[in-house]
Amino acid sequence: MSGRDAILSRVRKALGGVADSPTRRAVVEARLGEAPVGVIPARGQLDDKPRVALFGEMAEKVNATVQKVKSRAHVPAAITDYLRSKNLPASVRMGTDARLAAMPWDKQRALTVKRGASDGDDEVGVSHALGGVAETGTLVLHSGDDNPTTINFLPEHHIVVIDAKDIAGDLETTIEAVRRKFGKGRMPRVLNFVTGPSRSGDIEQKLLLGAHGPRALHIVVVDG
Amino acid sequence: MQITSPAFKQNSRAALADTQLQRALGNVRAGFIDKRRKAIDALPEFDALRDSARAIKNHVLENLDLYLETYERKVIETGGTVHWAETAEDARRIALEICRAAGARTVTKGKSMITEEIGLNDFLEAEGIRPVETDLGEYIIQLRGEHPSHIIAPAVHLNRDQIEADFRRVHDHLPVARDLTEPETLLAEARKVLRKEYFAADVGITGANFLVAETGSSIIVTNEGNGDLTQTLPKVHVVMASIEKIVPTLEDAAQIIRVLARSATGQDMSVYTTVSTGPRRPGDPDGPEEYHVILLDNGRSSMLGTKFQDMLRCIRCGACMNHCPVYHAVGGHAYGWVYPGPMGAVLTPSLIGVDKGGHLPNASTFCGRCESVCPMKIPLPKMMRHWREREFERGLNPATSRYGLKFWAFFARRPKLYRFAASLGIPFLSLFAGNRGRFRHLPLAGGWTKWRDMPAPESRTFMQQWQQKEALKQEARP
Repeated sequence: MSGRDAILSRVRKALGGVADSPTRRAVVEARLGEAPVGVIPARGQLDDKPRVALFGEMAEKVNATVQKVKSRAHVPAAITDYLRSKNLPASVRMGTDARLAAMPWDKQRALTVKRGASDGDDEVGVSHALGGVAETGTLVLHSGDDNPTTINFLPEHHIVVIDAKDIAGDLETTIEAVRRKFGKGRMPRVLNFVTGPSRSGDIEQKLLLGAHGPRALHIVVVDG
Repeated sequence: MQITSPAFKQNSRAALADTQLQRALGNVRAGFIDKRRKAIDALPEFDALRDSARAIKNHVLENLDLYLETYERKVIETGGTVHWAETAEDARRIALEICRAAGARTVTKGKSMITEEIGLNDFLEAEGIRPVETDLGEYIIQLRGEHPSHIIAPAVHLNRDQIEADFRRVHDHLPVARDLTEPETLLAEARKVLRKEYFAADVGITGANFLVAETGSSIIVTNEGNGDLTQTLPKVHVVMASIEKIVPTLEDAAQIIRVLARSATGQDMSVYTTVSTGPRRPGDPDGPEEYHVILLDNGRSSMLGTKFQDMLRCIRCGACMNHCPVYHAVGGHAYGWVYPGPMGAVLTPSLIGVDKGGHLPNASTFCGRCESVCPMKIPLPKMMRHWREREFERGLNPATSRYGLKFWAFFARRPKLYRFAASLGIPFLSLFAGNRGRFRHLPLAGGWTKWRDMPAPESRTFMQQWQQKEALKQEARP
């Protein structure tokens, strides 16, 4: 007997040998089909403005920095300012995301924009988020050519651009948005929920930022 | 890993005398409890979420076979491979086959208790493959040749100066005069050393906090980002997970995620919650070319349908040990195997046998804090009692306590005789204790009086006092 059959038959025996009960199958199918939501904290159930404000507040609580800009056209200048304020080289790495590509990077003369996945030599990476979660200040990003996953983890500084309208109150709304985008039961290769910059408490339980991922997470919220 | 659970008593004595360990354990008492409290106070729905999380896991366990089949089908659909491992040995063999097929010389690892459970590192090393732990705590203890003393804070038993000494010993390619006095500098050094390893690794092995049946995804929850680098950079990603990690949907995972980090570290959400589904897709610029899942049973299916089924709800947050007075006193290594604290006291006898792990469920004051903080509402004290019963039934506990209990039971079943014997014994003990009101030594109770005095009983039995008080009340009535 294969390991698979042995494990499944032991599980069935332990559950009282009810393997092919159509009722059980129906219950399981229904649950997978409907994907019912459970308890949703009231904290995130807010109107647009306070929801975006809560997102920023929660992200700052976990050591991210947050900046608001009026439109996409303002993003490159905001990023240049951030780099200058942190004494960082004027060079960023990003994927082929159409929203990022449409921004006026050429107006930032001194700024070099490198495209494609990171090989670990970039100090600053820029991504566009799929969405955000206000209840915890969490960013949602997914893999692919648009926003390569390596950019989320290898650079020292990670700058994430997010549209205010994509900030949801709770996790479940984001999950539903992913399902709408990719199809029921289908997922991108990687879906990252990112809440603040990387950290560790492994030395005497003292909180230290910048463990293996980015030391700093800067969020640019695009209004409107 | 060598099991030293049968030597729990000796281990504990050594732990209590270990001044470095006692200093480090202060961080557990000081850190985790307040942080958890604050996070929970800020979320009024916390208790409702606990009930929801418990209901989800109970539903999964009752339909585990069906969810496992669905999960497997979805993983295959997305281009991944599922391997089923009945035992630790099977899981090690499968992992080795995957590594060999990839021509692996170096394997990076995300933090995973299940690979500790199956002793994967020692095995790979013996087969000529170099495993590199990448979680900072796991990396530190790997340098020391130790095992985790806590399921989420593996190096919690160590102090900064000990870690500095290890880094100086192992990172001997770095300048001797470098300053490592601050924890920040230690972290920066580990980051630099491990960066190279992520790129050098041929295979990355992670655990999983959840496996999602609806989508065939595995989820890891981390703070450092090491798990993500481990699974993104090598050609092959291997997920090792036990069969009870399944949840039906992402919505279900979201319910449990809300109680997980709050219970563990007092964070509202861990920094990185990563949902992985299959290998690199066409057009993907990064990610592994192969995605394997090793589903491990190793004793879980034997817990289903028994008094210990509830233990399979455990999400490994560590809250039970963070709040346990026994863990606070002796730390994790004294428990002698992979899983310490109250969850270990229940799980260890299930996985390695009550003959070896029987001391652990006895190492409890039954104060009930573990159950009261468990996000999955697992009745840990009740299950420890079940193990004590089994130990008694099998005659595994010492003869003195067995005969002592039988002796006591003989009287307890005969109330009149019990009262008569007590009425003779108690005044005698009371008289014997004299003015001090306590015993420094007591025959047959050396195990107690060696460490603390035994309070002497009042001069009359409870029943005598009760009767007297009732009589006084009667007299007082008009």
